[in-house]
Amino acid sequence: MIAWLDANLVSILNGVAFGLLLFTLAVGLSLIFGMMDVLNLSHGALYLVGAYAAYRVVGEAGGSLGAFLLALGVAGVLGLAAGALLAGITQPLARRGHLHQALLTLGVALVVADLLSALFGDEVHSVAAPAGLRGSVRVLGHGYPAYRLFVIGVGLVLAALVYLLVERSRAGAVIRATVADRDMVQAIGVDTRKVLVGVFAFGTLLATCGGVLGGPILGAQPGLDDTVLILGLVIVVIGGLGSVKGAFFGALLIGQIQVLGVTLLPEYASFLLFGTMALILTLRPAGLAGTAARTAAPGSSG
Amino acid sequence: MTGAARTAARGLAARRGAAFRLTVVLLLVALPLFLGPYPISALSRILAFALLAASLDLLTGYTGLASLGHAAYFGVGAYTAALIGIHLTPNAPVQLLAALAAGGIAAGLTGWVAVRTHGTFFLMLTLAVGEIVHQLADSWTSLTGGSNGLVGMPPITVLPGRPLVLAGFVYWYILAIFVLCYAVLRRITASPFGRTMRGVRDNEARMRAVGYDTARVKYVVYCIAGAVAGAAGSLWVAQTRFVSPADLSFEIAALVLLAVVIGGSGSLWGPCLGAALVLLVNDTLSSYVAGRGPLLLGLAFVAAVYLLPRGFAGLRGVRVHVRTRETGP
Amino acid sequence: MTGAMTAELRLDDVSWHFGRVKAVDGVSLAVERGARHAVIGPNGAGKTTLFGVVAGTLRPSAGRVLVGGRDVTRLSEHARARLGVVRTFQHSSVFLSMTALDNVALAVQRVRGVGTRLWLPARRYVEVTERALGHLESVGLADRAGESAATLSHGERRQLEVAVALAARPRLLLLDEPTAGMSVEESSRFTDVIRELPVDVTVLVIEHDLDVVFRLASHVTVLHLGRVLADGTPEEVRDSEEVQRAYLGAADSSELFFSPEEERT
Repeated sequence: MIAWLDANLVSILNGVAFGLLLFTLAVGLSLIFGMMDVLNLSHGALYLVGAYAAYRVVGEAGGSLGAFLLALGVAGVLGLAAGALLAGITQPLARRGHLHQALLTLGVALVVADLLSALFGDEVHSVAAPAGLRGSVRVLGHGYPAYRLFVIGVGLVLAALVYLLVERSRAGAVIRATVADRDMVQAIGVDTRKVLVGVFAFGTLLATCGGVLGGPILGAQPGLDDTVLILGLVIVVIGGLGSVKGAFFGALLIGQIQVLGVTLLPEYASFLLFGTMALILTLRPAGLAGTAARTAAPGSSG
Repeated sequence: MTGAARTAARGLAARRGAAFRLTVVLLLVALPLFLGPYPISALSRILAFALLAASLDLLTGYTGLASLGHAAYFGVGAYTAALIGIHLTPNAPVQLLAALAAGGIAAGLTGWVAVRTHGTFFLMLTLAVGEIVHQLADSWTSLTGGSNGLVGMPPITVLPGRPLVLAGFVYWYILAIFVLCYAVLRRITASPFGRTMRGVRDNEARMRAVGYDTARVKYVVYCIAGAVAGAAGSLWVAQTRFVSPADLSFEIAALVLLAVVIGGSGSLWGPCLGAALVLLVNDTLSSYVAGRGPLLLGLAFVAAVYLLPRGFAGLRGVRVHVRTRETGP
Repeated sequence: MTGAMTAELRLDDVSWHFGRVKAVDGVSLAVERGARHAVIGPNGAGKTTLFGVVAGTLRPSAGRVLVGGRDVTRLSEHARARLGVVRTFQHSSVFLSMTALDNVALAVQRVRGVGTRLWLPARRYVEVTERALGHLESVGLADRAGESAATLSHGERRQLEVAVALAARPRLLLLDEPTAGMSVEESSRFTDVIRELPVDVTVLVIEHDLDVVFRLASHVTVLHLGRVLADGTPEEVRDSEEVQRAYLGAADSSELFFSPEEERT
């Protein structure tokens, strides 16, 4: 066992880094979905916006830590703006149902992704890690890129922050109540609109910043948006609707399956992904951390 | 209106509808006599895509389950037909039946996870499932040829030993199967099970409360839709004689859902028209607007959602509604 | 023990918790076969939740549900409906895109086992249509059979719901505030329909309108904060000291039967 761990340590760490990267994407998807019943299919494209922002600002040759932070700032502003815009255009469609909203975000995703490939071309761009995080460090006798450890650290801090925000803060209480029973929250007179826009913008902010963070690992290229979107969706499915905890553990699991699974059983990667999802949904229909609230709770009790 | 008058009116409307449908079919049959091979092969692909849209309409329009993963079963059918064409027999009906079965089985294997959910969750799950099947097609190189796809499929035969090389003959075969499958779908929607499907769409909780196992109903519809999508896939490769992972990509799944939405879900014919439009526009875009297809496609999605909330069928529905109100008591 | 033998519905210490909220808290109840049993209590008393537990929409956190002596606690909602446990919903719940006739036909075709036939056109199943018409007639909607459910008035939709429930061949009919939103005539027509039901159909009804309760019910259970506060004939319950004590300060104990929302409107 120890020998196996030792042999696969790099893969496992890669899986953790990848998983935490996916967490930044999945938690936003999950909250937007849980709050508004909107499936934001432009989430992957927004991740890509962040990745290209990193490429433009930090560059392939690599820049200073300052440039990296600047890229994060640019991506953050873009993400907030995109979120507010998306909330604005999807809300009027709320009464027409989830399908129209999803198709609208899909349209936005196609437009954004195509604009990006018009601006940056179709080739694969890599992004260098910022200065100071470029070398490798020794972890239990293995050389490991410092930047990936940095991503793991940032991801963990981010997860803790999001958890505190959603599970412990006042706005978080409204968020959680809305996820559990939207009608009730509206019925008792809480104005959820501000919170809705806020959550949407926060979710897209995490997506674009995730793109910057992931730039030095995954690079920036057309098609990456779909890949991360699908993995994000799988995480939301297995993690449970609107749950930060679920998104966290789901992301770690999918990170391992994607990296370790592909290393050990390359032929069966897609079977593994579906199998995991099917297995978890069979055992826990509402996801790892989900409650059955949305489907089981009565609208109101008599 | 008295009952007898109503019945008579319905009989008249039904006869008129039948005459209209017959005219459309005859027109479609006559087309190869006037058009060259290129437009005819484009029409063949449109018919295959329209059948895919009709199968998705069974799921989305009639049962209320919008799927973003329906291209998966189309692709499974296409690969099945192509593999049989390359390795076993060029006989098209054999390919068709195998593709039908494969599409149904694939839907059966993957659908049971999805049908326990509804609404946005269903949309998301089907998207994930569809994309996983897409990845499978991409990575299972020994069977699917990977990202290069499967080439070298011989022309189909309908009667043994007579390959259909001319586009017109292939078109007639595809048209015949399309009409057959469309008629079957139409029949299903008019049956008691069709009523059950609409019940699930309208109010699933109420359906359970009167004793329907709605998850099973949804599963059956999912499998039927998957099987018909598989059949559509075999029609597609009967024309193109080529299949690649792009044929079951998310983009195809989104396009066919767009076809259902702009055509008007829950009418069968609306999505078929929508499919024709979507495919024509998409082909035109990709050949004239070099490379910027997705941009315009995205704008088309946005426009469709805002401008055609109920699709073409919806436009017609509004007019009919107004007319009946005018002639009402 | 004889009471338990003939009980059509028995709840043994049933609870349903949501988080820390005990919506239903240790309720035991026996409903006699053929009874017209009303459940009353203010909003938030757990009435609808209790219905959900009986109908199978909600899994109880604890306790057992028995229908006709059979333990159905673990049966799904649709399986219970097939046994004859049929509910209506608090908010009118019909199939809006369909005609009134199709609404009822859905229940009829399920009972007759043809709901999954997918080859012959639905109109060829003449007996389904005829039975559906019969049920529409019994609630007074026969002349609306061809209308879309969306165009029916609110009261008519509630009647349609009852017709759908009756068509599902109930042995235990659960009606959640059936007369809410009905006109006086519609409401009295509804009580007639319920009174004319075969004696072997047991009716459990949540009702706010005390007139309806007294006209209809042979037995009343008062729920309060998820618990049974009183149980007996309508007169016994009205005169019950416990009920009055629990509502000390209320000038008239009948106030507890009206929800605050209703008083507002």
